[in-house]
Amino acid sequence: MTITLFIPCFVDALFPCAGISMVQILEGLGHKVLCPEKISCCGQPPFNSGYWDEARTVAAPVLEQLKDAEAVVIGSGSCGAMVKKFYPELFASTPQAQLAKQISSRTWEFSDFLVGKLGITDLGAKFPHRVTFHDGCHGLRELGIKKSPRILLGHVQGLQLVEMSEAETCCGFGGTFAAKFPMISTAMGEVKCASAAETGAEYIVSNDSSCLMHLQGLLSRQGKPIKTIHLAEVLARQ
Amino acid sequence: MSTFAAQFLKHARVMSGDLRHRKIIRTALGNYEIARDQRQAAFQDWQGARQLAAVIKWEAVNHLDKYLEQFVAKLEARGTKVHWASTGDQAREIILQIVRDKKARSIIKSKAMTAEEIHLNDALEKAGLNVVENDLGEFIVQLRHEAPYHIVFPSMHLTRGEISELFQRELGSAPTNDPEELTMIARRVLRKKYLTADIGITGANFAIAETGMISITENEGNARLTAALPKTMVTLMGIEKVLPKLADLALFLPMLATMGTGQQITCYNTMYGGPRQPGESDGPEEWHIVLLDNHRTELLADAEQRDALHCIRCGACLNVCPIFRNVGGHTYGTTYSGPIGSVITPHLRGLQDWKHLSNASSLCGACTQTCPVKIDLHHHLLQNRRNAVKGKPAFFERLAYQAFGFVANRPALWSIAKKLGRLGQPLQKLVKGSALDPAKAWTQTRDLPPQPKESFKDWWTNRK
Ligand code: SF4
Repeated sequence: MTITLFIPCFVDALFPCAGISMVQILEGLGHKVLCPEKISCCGQPPFNSGYWDEARTVAAPVLEQLKDAEAVVIGSGSCGAMVKKFYPELFASTPQAQLAKQISSRTWEFSDFLVGKLGITDLGAKFPHRVTFHDGCHGLRELGIKKSPRILLGHVQGLQLVEMSEAETCCGFGGTFAAKFPMISTAMGEVKCASAAETGAEYIVSNDSSCLMHLQGLLSRQGKPIKTIHLAEVLARQ
Repeated sequence: MSTFAAQFLKHARVMSGDLRHRKIIRTALGNYEIARDQRQAAFQDWQGARQLAAVIKWEAVNHLDKYLEQFVAKLEARGTKVHWASTGDQAREIILQIVRDKKARSIIKSKAMTAEEIHLNDALEKAGLNVVENDLGEFIVQLRHEAPYHIVFPSMHLTRGEISELFQRELGSAPTNDPEELTMIARRVLRKKYLTADIGITGANFAIAETGMISITENEGNARLTAALPKTMVTLMGIEKVLPKLADLALFLPMLATMGTGQQITCYNTMYGGPRQPGESDGPEEWHIVLLDNHRTELLADAEQRDALHCIRCGACLNVCPIFRNVGGHTYGTTYSGPIGSVITPHLRGLQDWKHLSNASSLCGACTQTCPVKIDLHHHLLQNRRNAVKGKPAFFERLAYQAFGFVANRPALWSIAKKLGRLGQPLQKLVKGSALDPAKAWTQTRDLPPQPKESFKDWWTNRK
């Protein structure tokens, strides 16, 4: 299959390893991977802030780039939700309405694509560590992804998954929310980190780098030993 | 920024760092969560029940005119006086007129969020009346001269010790840490008030169109006494409280108890159908119902967000909301807090003044997931943001997003922007977290990730 991999803007700039791991995994499974170089951002920041005209300016070229894709795979639950769930709303009653719907139906979040579409559960990865999984809210509640990442982690050799009590609680990132209301965002992050620490995990794993950026930022500022890592990086460790 | 927004920011800043508050709320809600989950599990099909509740509410709200007329006709047939109030002012004036007609001096009042919404107590007190709240939680916050903290648990932010101190100070009672004893102290004060009150004011949890009755659900029996003892009863309710059929309560009463307090059913569930009828030996001689609009019909006219009128005020969305849990109920500065408050306050009190509540959300969707009547809460926050920008965009924010769009659509510029970011990082480290730091909002409490030398796109281009 030819897979069009959508690398979110912050993964591109800040967490290239997560993106590289996705390419390696998908190619390792024998698929052809394309990464449209003209895509930079899905348009979520202006969309979530209420600037829908400005969001369409960013999103329209994305639709254009994804027009002929057989399958679109997005390495983030949040950007995945933007394309899959919110593009049809953003482009409703515009000339691109139909296209947005079509692309939505061909779009997958990375872990859900592996398990739900390809039926892959074991990638032969090894990661001998105790980890806990953070459900990014968009992946969890907009796209309904809960099991896929856990199924994949369940097959990683040496990995021990310990669920935290606040697994489904928002970490407090929330895009521009983190900068507009930093004090609330920080309080939420502290609750999350405390819950993760209770599990005794060495790593917080997630399918959303944006949440991890926020959590890692808090953890390293506070000098806490627990680390964060994207699911794809865990799955690519041999 | 509106003054309400400035207040919100100020209080949110303090509260979100208040670890004592965080712990009190977490403990209180921890118990609630366990009970709620158990009660939910007792439903044969909780998701099916939610769906059914949403359908019934949809029917009621989308044919509100029909059901209200039915409701009122039945009420009037049994001698209840029905008043329509378009605004809070009108509702207050109607109630004050009843007070004047009855030459009332003292009023006993059971819990009613609509009364909070229109600041009824203030108006009554200004008119020289003595008003006593008789729901225990409301009684406590009234003694503290503060608004309810939560729509279901008005005093959940207080510890037993604080309540005991309050009672010692205000009522002269002996110190105690025993919840039963605290309740008894309040009861002793309140019982006297019931017997001397001229008017009892209640809210309503549901109104049944089919039979012309209201349903009040409670745990302390205080609403029953409020309705039964004074000669005149006044009920203030929002027009959206109507349910079509009596049988609908079979779903809504256990649902409200489950989500509100984690109970299978609350202790007292009472239906009121009219004032004392000829030949009856008790009940109020007169019953007035005030039906409050106060911008609800405007929300009704908004097809996108009309479902916000489904709300049964169970408080469940507040309980799961990480924003509410960290900033607390009073920070919202308005009657309805938490997700539902952030959705409807802009409709009730003005979008531009209250849009900050819709912005103060990570859009995590926990509220929507829990809401028993399936209100699309967090998407309504998103729509409020869009509507607020449509009405009055923030100049610099829009400019920033236009610039962002311009760069994002030009891969060459985008890659230069990334490079600039990388070059700027060492400089930013020097001013980290200070007033000079452009990323201060982030870096005051969080480190920025180091920007790697090679971006994903660099890697992708190089390997080809
Ligand atoms: S919006 Fe839903 S969850 Fe929130 S108080 Fe209303 S009914 Fe309850």
